[in-house]
Amino acid sequence: MAKTYGIEVDCANCANKMEQAAKATAGVADCNVNFMALKMNVVFEEGVDELEVMKEVRSNCRKVEDDCEVYI
Amino acid sequence: MNKKQKKVLIRIIISAVLMILAAILSAVVKNMSWYEMQAVPWDEVISLTLYLISYIVIGYDILKKAFKGIIRGQVMDENFLMAVATVGAMALSEYREGVAVMLFYQIGELFQSYAVGKSRRNIAALMDIRPDSANLVTEEDGRETISRVSPDEVAIGSIITVMPGEKIPLDGIIVRGDSSVDTSALTGESVPRSVHPDDEVISGCINLSGALYIRTTKAFGESTVSKILELVENASSRKSRSENFISKFARYYTPAVCILALAIAIIPPVINLIAGREAGFLTFIYRALTFLVISCPCALVISIPLGFFAGIGGASRAGVLVKGSNYIEALSKVDTVIFDKTGTLTKGVFEVVSIHKDRIDDAGLLEYAAHAEDMSTHPISRSIVAAYGKEIDRSRISDVNETAGRGVSAVVSAKKVLVGNEKLMNDHGISVTECHDAGTIVHIAVDGEYAGHIHISDVIKDNSKEAVSSLHNIGIKKIVMLTGDAEEVAQQVASSLSIKEFHAHLLPQDKVGRVEDILKDRPENRLVAFVGDGINDAPVLTRADVGIAMGALGSDAAIEAADVVLMDDDPMGIVRAIKIGRKCMRIVYENIYFAIGIKILCLVLSAFGLANMWLAIFADVGVMVLAVLNAIRTLKTN
Repeated sequence: MAKTYGIEVDCANCANKMEQAAKATAGVADCNVNFMALKMNVVFEEGVDELEVMKEVRSNCRKVEDDCEVYI
Repeated sequence: MNKKQKKVLIRIIISAVLMILAAILSAVVKNMSWYEMQAVPWDEVISLTLYLISYIVIGYDILKKAFKGIIRGQVMDENFLMAVATVGAMALSEYREGVAVMLFYQIGELFQSYAVGKSRRNIAALMDIRPDSANLVTEEDGRETISRVSPDEVAIGSIITVMPGEKIPLDGIIVRGDSSVDTSALTGESVPRSVHPDDEVISGCINLSGALYIRTTKAFGESTVSKILELVENASSRKSRSENFISKFARYYTPAVCILALAIAIIPPVINLIAGREAGFLTFIYRALTFLVISCPCALVISIPLGFFAGIGGASRAGVLVKGSNYIEALSKVDTVIFDKTGTLTKGVFEVVSIHKDRIDDAGLLEYAAHAEDMSTHPISRSIVAAYGKEIDRSRISDVNETAGRGVSAVVSAKKVLVGNEKLMNDHGISVTECHDAGTIVHIAVDGEYAGHIHISDVIKDNSKEAVSSLHNIGIKKIVMLTGDAEEVAQQVASSLSIKEFHAHLLPQDKVGRVEDILKDRPENRLVAFVGDGINDAPVLTRADVGIAMGALGSDAAIEAADVVLMDDDPMGIVRAIKIGRKCMRIVYENIYFAIGIKILCLVLSAFGLANMWLAIFADVGVMVLAVLNAIRTLKTN
């Protein structure tokens, strides 16, 4: 199950950092952040609560880049 | 400019003014007559205060981010680099340099965010094909009411009306009205297409002249415009090798330069001490700081994805949808192009190309054939009726008999007419005149006597020949044509297009086999593109390195299977696609080599003390601005 979310971030490197942070989140099988389109594509693991996982993803992203936003 | 950018701009201006003020005031104070008499060096006090204020105005957010990063253990990023370099410069009493580094860094960041935002908007404007509403026509008691609804709410089979100047919101068939439509947003084709009742129209086109009534054939989610937007929006999530290289590079690069900078600051002075010379700590710390400023990886990290993004955007404006930057890269490496024949190089519709009469004149022959074939739905029959072009007088026709695989017999104007292949003629004991043209031959006999034949063939597209020769010109080594048609037909098409290699009599699964054979033979690092019209081609499109579907609007399977979708069915689009891919990759590589090259050069210079802070600022911000400007060039595709 994959979903795409809108994001807000300032620089390309920060987007890379967000991608790493999201990938490391439990429940996320894979993640791809597209800085140019300001989109985050998340592949979830089977049977996880997407909303909960995304909240976790957002807080992990904030840890590496505090003025970023993930629109869930 | 958005709010955030404006704020940064104001900070830049304030900080720059303060910096200039500091320089002027300290010079003025120094030249004052009372200067020598003071115990305190006022010029330094004034300039230090102003520089410090200026530094805090411009750099507080960077310092904050760097500080937070250190607390979280995430030290190695550009905020950290900039913070260490500028704080270090201040500590060495190089106030002007310290402020300047921060100032120019912010100018660079502002420029970058402005450029990225601008190309985002550019591409959004190119792709501004999403319709906002549909005018739904409902009929009640013979009275027509038109209501404005969201395109999502329109069911398949509803009637909608589109006024001149409006976008066609959903795919459908025209029931009433004539007009011309502008398809340029979808296909890049600038000449408007004229449309009439029973014509199919696709969503995203703009209705130009007259009101149209359209019966919708697809729901909004399935319509062309939604498919295209979905494709473009998801395009850059498939990253190319160069992009992945850059993000990996950045991950190892920053820690590496930090360690190097540390080494420059520590090792030479220690060696000096051991050798009994003066240590020169300050000199080497200054060099290390310069080194840090140069090393900022921004130019690479931003310009490579920006180049691909703009490339994909520019390509979609030219009617070439590329599904990811990996396919931009793949397109640039194509040296073999395999064409499917029918629908790609040829129009895929049969047309009467010549009439060879035997006993009656051409017009008469065609008239008999068209009347006899009128009831048949076979594509060949339809092409004969189309070539006749006049009204068919049904009262003249009787006793129509169609035999599958043979042809038709009918009585037309009291004459017994046979229209069909050689077998049909043989069945009736009629001898035929052989025809030397490749294609389908339809023989005609009237009242038991041979009357002549009509030569029908699939017609080569106007641009096919030009496309093949342009492909050769741009350095494509091998062009192959595959077809399910007979050998002679294939031979004729291939030779008129000067294609040397072709394979005929192929079933769809055979095509996959042929493509696999070609894939095996390709040289290292060279790729094979397959071009098809998307009908029955899906397996081959997936198998080839680059699957190009042509004129595939409306064919979901093809859009799904292909890597590159040409929105119109002009074979010149392939040439365009390959050129765009090459241009984009050329610019991306220019940026990689240019940015890394300048950085390494300046790093070496600074390690040996040949570069000062000002050169470092150029190597950081200047290189980034140039690389971004270069990357934006990919947006222009012609």
